[in-house]
Amino acid sequence: MKRILFLVFFFQLSLLTQAQDVNALVQKVKDKINLVNDYEAGGKMKTNVTFLKVPVAAVKLYFKKPNKLKIKNEKGISFIPRGAVNINMSNVLSSGKYSVLDAGNDKIGNTAVKVVKLLPEDDNAEVVLSTLYIDPVNHVILKTKTTTRDNGTYELEMGFGKYIAWGLPDKIIFSFNTKDYKMPKGVTFDFDDGTKKKTPEEKEKLKNQKGKVEISVSSYSINKGIADSVFN
Amino acid sequence: MWNLLQIELYKIFRKPRTYLAFAIIAAFIFLIQLGLLVNGKDWMKFMLGSLDETMAFNYDELINGYAVCFVVLNLLLVHVPILVALVAGDVVSGEASMGTLRLLAAKPVSRTQIILAKYFATAVYVFALLLWIAIISLVISIAVFGTNDLVVAKTNGLQVIESNDVLWRYFCAFGFAFIAMMVVAAISLLLSVLSENSIGPIVATVGIIIVCTLISEMEIPIYQKYIKPYLFTTYMLGWKGFFYIGSTDDNETIRGSIQYLPGILKSIAALLVYIVALVGASVFIFRKKDILS
Amino acid sequence: MASIIQVSNLSKQFKDIHAVEDLSFTVEEGDVYGFLGQNGAGKSTSIRMLLTLIKPTAGSISIFGKDLSTNRNEILKQVGAVIEKPDLYKYLSAYDNLAIFAKMSGIKADKKLLMDQLKMVGLDERANSKVKTFSQGMKQRLGIAVALIHNPRLIILDEPTNGLDPQGIADMRNLILQLSREMGKTIVVSSHLLSEIELVANRMLIIHKGKKIVEGKVAELLDPSRSLVQIETSDNTATREKLQQTKWSSSLQNKEGKLQLKMNKEDVPQLIAELVAMQVQVISVDPMHSLEDYFLSLTTQPGHVESFAN
Repeated sequence: MKRILFLVFFFQLSLLTQAQDVNALVQKVKDKINLVNDYEAGGKMKTNVTFLKVPVAAVKLYFKKPNKLKIKNEKGISFIPRGAVNINMSNVLSSGKYSVLDAGNDKIGNTAVKVVKLLPEDDNAEVVLSTLYIDPVNHVILKTKTTTRDNGTYELEMGFGKYIAWGLPDKIIFSFNTKDYKMPKGVTFDFDDGTKKKTPEEKEKLKNQKGKVEISVSSYSINKGIADSVFN
Repeated sequence: MWNLLQIELYKIFRKPRTYLAFAIIAAFIFLIQLGLLVNGKDWMKFMLGSLDETMAFNYDELINGYAVCFVVLNLLLVHVPILVALVAGDVVSGEASMGTLRLLAAKPVSRTQIILAKYFATAVYVFALLLWIAIISLVISIAVFGTNDLVVAKTNGLQVIESNDVLWRYFCAFGFAFIAMMVVAAISLLLSVLSENSIGPIVATVGIIIVCTLISEMEIPIYQKYIKPYLFTTYMLGWKGFFYIGSTDDNETIRGSIQYLPGILKSIAALLVYIVALVGASVFIFRKKDILS
Repeated sequence: MASIIQVSNLSKQFKDIHAVEDLSFTVEEGDVYGFLGQNGAGKSTSIRMLLTLIKPTAGSISIFGKDLSTNRNEILKQVGAVIEKPDLYKYLSAYDNLAIFAKMSGIKADKKLLMDQLKMVGLDERANSKVKTFSQGMKQRLGIAVALIHNPRLIILDEPTNGLDPQGIADMRNLILQLSREMGKTIVVSSHLLSEIELVANRMLIIHKGKKIVEGKVAELLDPSRSLVQIETSDNTATREKLQQTKWSSSLQNKEGKLQLKMNKEDVPQLIAELVAMQVQVISVDPMHSLEDYFLSLTTQPGHVESFAN
């Protein structure tokens, strides 16, 4: 019995120390993110969603502290999943209070990462749970999983290159479950072009596929100041 | 033959009824354009439903000249058969009821030539009608609303066609619509040959199109399997196929591509078969017909 | 003289109605050929067969010495026709109508020719008026202009005086005579009025219920010396036998129960005298003095007609 009690105590202690570790790590990541007040980035956006057939678009990304983000098509029309705009890292990390939990270690590619779970303390917060995969060496987030109240679960993967010092990724892959996306109904004037009809099961399967938005950034222009009007 | 065609064209384009179709189309398109100009954003919001809850996009960009033309074609092309029937249903029976058919058929031109000249003249009319639609719906819409990417809504999703990849699709679509309308003209011609008054074939043509469209659209398995493949209305909306863009496995659109070209080609082939069969039947019946009017 | 139209054993059956049955006749060059019959007798069906509007069930038609079914276009180039009402494109002007049919007849008609033609029928001042504003007589005249614009050898006029006022009828008559005498055209003209035919035609054919009743020169057919006389006696059979022994036997018509003779009216008193001499009790002698009487009585007493179809 004593032994068990001891074990429990030890376990709790280790949890505590680990929590302190990850808190520090998250803080470091946050500090890095805070280096950037604003940026304007140019890149290409590729959308891979079954119900959305779009060309690869040349886009500009605008960011301004604390959580303004705008993706603009340089020309033409773009459909951007709302989650991709709302759920960005600074949003996760800067808004409100949260509990940090250490969820162990993992590997992304060849990089060893620390897995951290963030639990917002506000029960009504949009984000219910975030899981961060943090590169403890460079203090950048390589991957996040975010469960939201209204917009389903999102995954964000980031690849870093020459802007790693600013904590800014060269490549962002935003994945989400397309199940909850609402499509216009009854307004289409469909024509049966002879392609094979999909069974309801297949349609359901298609619907449950993951959607992806992939942004490759070619250049950042950091902390040059951006007018608020850009985000309207 | 050229002489005959000129004469038939002259007869069609001197008839006030012919210009009625052009006036109706102009009025219809102007109404759509005006509506979209004044209230397009709200309309688009209504049409796209709750899409903007999950997707971020700019309504103003959606309403551009190409999109307006697409809306016009979707709403209008279903009704153009009536305007085609208005003229094509009259070419033989109108002359029968007017009493000129017996003069025509007693002239040294074969009955086959008469029918073909009438059909070709109708083709010129249909072409003029579509050209008119193209000018008003495309040229004026672009002038008023400008150009941008074209967003096409299908039941299983949206697709964005880049603005510089749109225009040729319209040309193809109008070409396809021409073939589809010539089937309607051929039906009207056949009914016109069989009738002695001009209202009958017009009403009958419209009736046939309505019934066939309903059967085409009814998702009753036995109709779908055994009747639908043989109905011309199944193929009439094939012009939309040009606006279904091809895409890669990861849903990236391929510029200049069509999702399912064989489907369109099959539609064109089916419609051409209809034209040949209907015009052939018209010629055959008219050659054998005793002209008693 | 060459035959312009040669019709042999022509028949047309619409479902179970025999519109024309075994009709044969010949129209010679320069004839004004009258086609006489009541409404529904088969005149229009026959004329429409001449113009290839109706396909014959049996028989053959040759025009200008050529078979119509195989040389249709070549023949129709030289035929002009007004068929029943002169219906034209109402929404087009007189000039445009004429131009259209000139073109369809395969001739190049310049403005002068078209205007001359309109002048001939007295419509030159209304050349640009739409046909829907025309009176029946004006339409008829335009119809004639259309029929003549390509200077045809054969002109077919189906009931050309229908719906015309007396002046119009007179004009039409004069036009037919003029075309025939001054321009040497061969003309087929149909009518349900014997008087019309009588005034213009040199040869004629009477058609009834699709069958030919009689064909011949108008002068001969309407010759009062070829009258039909019907006699009613107390015993027709006995009288017939008696007459067969006399010079009247050749005039006797074969007619069951009735006693009819084809003879000169002037000889009637002599016939009566001889009958009385033969002690025949004569009840009545009824001279049906002209073809017109027969024609007029076609509907009421069809027997008279059959007696003509010898």
